[in-house]
Amino acid sequence: MPRPEELQHRIESALPGARAQVQDLTGGGDHFRAEIVSDRFAGLSRIEQHQLVYGIFGAEIGGPIHALSLKTSTPEGTTA
Amino acid sequence: MTDTEIHDFLQQSIEENRVMLFMKGTPDAPACGFSARTAAALGALGTPYAALDILPDPRIRQELSALSNWPTIPQLFVNGKLVGGCDIVTEMYDSGELAELLGVEQPADEEVPAAPEAEAPQAAPLGLENRLG
Repeated sequence: MPRPEELQHRIESALPGARAQVQDLTGGGDHFRAEIVSDRFAGLSRIEQHQLVYGIFGAEIGGPIHALSLKTSTPEGTTA
Repeated sequence: MTDTEIHDFLQQSIEENRVMLFMKGTPDAPACGFSARTAAALGALGTPYAALDILPDPRIRQELSALSNWPTIPQLFVNGKLVGGCDIVTEMYDSGELAELLGVEQPADEEVPAAPEAEAPQAAPLGLENRLG
């Protein structure tokens, strides 16, 4: 069962310099919410930002990670 | 029904419907909170949209995610392009970007309605069964 700290670690390793806050929404270890600030998101659309993060977890999303809700932004605070 | 037929059906649904929502359940009876919220945002904007329930066959979701490179449901397509899932649609609703994209007026009530119970679907949901027999 994935833990929020594990997800946070994997996001921050995959996106160097990123800051991620991950919450387990239900306590059940399968519905998560992540707020991520990374300069890697600069110039990407929201869709592309979220696809970048979903790509870290691949098939685990929809599997062990039932849902991963995302809020992404760049350090400047823009989201698109 | 083969995987290819499902793929083609999904592709066709996206191309033929300007606003196409893939969800769990139907706008009337959503089977998941994220799908409910997304359908409610569209309902609040009063824009006609087509909806497809992905639950009847697990291969629908598989083929859809392969096609869209998006792992979760719901998925909203506008003009043949993936807009996003619940998070993005909700964010875009709140900021008025969704209304702008759809070419409709942002309702005075800024919040996405919590539940779509009172919202009639704006277009009859597509049924996989009545499209492919």
